[in-house]
Amino acid sequence: MTRYIIRRVLGMIPLLLGISFIVFALLNLVPGSPTNQFEFNPSIKPEDIARIKSNLGLDAPWYERYFIWLGNALRGDFGISFTNYRPVTDIIAAALPNTLILAITSLIISLIIAIPLGVYSAVKRNSLFDRVTTILTTGFFSVPTVWLGLLMIILFAVKFQEWGLPSLPTSGVRNLREPDTFMNRLQHLILPATTLALLNIAGWSRYIRTQMLETINQDYVRTARAKGLKTRIVLMSHAFRNAVLPLVTLIGLTIPELFGGALITENVFAYPGIGQQIIKSLNSNDYSVAMACVMMLATLTVIGNLIADILYGVLDPRVRYD
Amino acid sequence: MATQTSTNIEAPVTLGSSITDRDHLKKSRSFYGRAWASFRRDKVAMVALAISVLLILFSFGAPIVARLTGHDYETGDLRSQLLPPFKNSSYILGTDANGRDILTRLAYGGRVSMMVAFLSLIFTFVIGGTVGSIAGFFGGVIDNILMRFVDVVLSIPGLTLLLLVSVWWRPGPVGLAVVIASISWTGVSRLIRGEVLALRHREFVEAARLVGASDRRIIVSHIMPNVLSIVIVWASLALPGLVITEATLSYLGFGVRIPIPSWGNMLNEAYQFYTQSWTYAFLPGFFIFITSLCFNLVGNGLRDALDPRLNK
Repeated sequence: MTRYIIRRVLGMIPLLLGISFIVFALLNLVPGSPTNQFEFNPSIKPEDIARIKSNLGLDAPWYERYFIWLGNALRGDFGISFTNYRPVTDIIAAALPNTLILAITSLIISLIIAIPLGVYSAVKRNSLFDRVTTILTTGFFSVPTVWLGLLMIILFAVKFQEWGLPSLPTSGVRNLREPDTFMNRLQHLILPATTLALLNIAGWSRYIRTQMLETINQDYVRTARAKGLKTRIVLMSHAFRNAVLPLVTLIGLTIPELFGGALITENVFAYPGIGQQIIKSLNSNDYSVAMACVMMLATLTVIGNLIADILYGVLDPRVRYD
Repeated sequence: MATQTSTNIEAPVTLGSSITDRDHLKKSRSFYGRAWASFRRDKVAMVALAISVLLILFSFGAPIVARLTGHDYETGDLRSQLLPPFKNSSYILGTDANGRDILTRLAYGGRVSMMVAFLSLIFTFVIGGTVGSIAGFFGGVIDNILMRFVDVVLSIPGLTLLLLVSVWWRPGPVGLAVVIASISWTGVSRLIRGEVLALRHREFVEAARLVGASDRRIIVSHIMPNVLSIVIVWASLALPGLVITEATLSYLGFGVRIPIPSWGNMLNEAYQFYTQSWTYAFLPGFFIFITSLCFNLVGNGLRDALDPRLNK
């Protein structure tokens, strides 16, 4: 087991190097440059632009800059933003917690809803409840995140206000005019987190339903039932525990989708997280910020997959690592 | 292919699929003939197919829609901005912020969105299919290198990678399809690799090799036909995702750019006006949703009809 973990952790290194190289190459082969903002300014001479470029270290060829970047990044220095010259680590430190809070909250919401939904549909297979759930999950599979977010805003913010009902805020992490309380932040989290969660519920409840159906038909479940155990106990401690096991891996594997979804919801709800930072930096050719943000998400993804694989082995004694 | 009796001992898998004795007396049909017959019995899938065809006709017949509504998609009437639907007989679904007819724009936007989705599906298949079949067929070092590359691409959150590539390219609709395909081919390449790997050592492939068939010939005329049904299912289930991907990218401003309308960038334009006209913001997304839903349901039907493991 220990050897397996060590091997996997070592395997992460070439993976992350590969990712960083691809992302760096993509970013730096883009025709635009961080100095584009000065190009049409009549009071800035071409010499000045060249000087700014060399100050920012942009005059070397990109593959040379990659190794410089890599060396600095390994020491925890991701450079400075090309637009506002703040250290990239500060920008990420401000944005990352917001994204993590959003992603984790939505993950919890979707699990709390998806697990009972999936289990109950499997137990009451082909009942009205099961069929309605199946229709709803198929529907939600096809909903674009952007549109769902927009509908949430229209309903819970615009229409609720028109109807005189309590409405929810649509943007930001907190109301700056009010004290920074937990409730203040929670209000701003509800809409984006629910939007993100609703989309995951569909996939997960369907997955749990399939898993549950498979385990319910296993021999040991029949044996437990034949022993005369209560249905509830059979379902919960025999079937359920084994059915949710693969979910651990699935959660690990869907982390990229979770961040992708977070990126979209952050944009719809003007929520200042990593996703919004990525869009902002890409639009202003701010490569150092974009690079660090993308690497941050990629690293979290790789670590998530690793933890999922390891946990799977811990939880399922049949899995052997050699 | 012999109909297996073992699966029929269990409860019937889907409604309307129980086999009667008379079925054996019918003229034997080809694999795809049987699949189509079972697809036709699937009411949900048939309705979804009908709506999908209507949506495709609506989109690709955009000039006809324009003639019927009497508006083109570019010129607006600034005296009739943000009209709600069904209020004005000339603008059936209302107008946008520039006073342009939403129905006409939805048709033109749909044409672009669907074209991007279909093209990226084809490109995705070409790239993923090539990589997957090469990896699966040759195995060994080639397989290892290609699949490690797939691992790397899969570890970068897909949407960010899409954004990176499309910033780099600033593509038009066709370019956007290439960009989407250049990111999405990994899934299908794994699928095809697995399938080819399983088929590679089957007797009929060995036999073909024995009579001296070239690698290319074996891949194209012996392995490909056997992978086809899986590819059809994959394609029908990937298509709705591609429609949504186009919409998302265009919404974020990294996909199809104005003045070319697409459902995604219409959604983006409408976003600013949700307080004034919620129907304007609702409609493009609704079309994306219905298209993606119907494609999905058709895909589910195809999977039930074509998957040999679910064979009735």
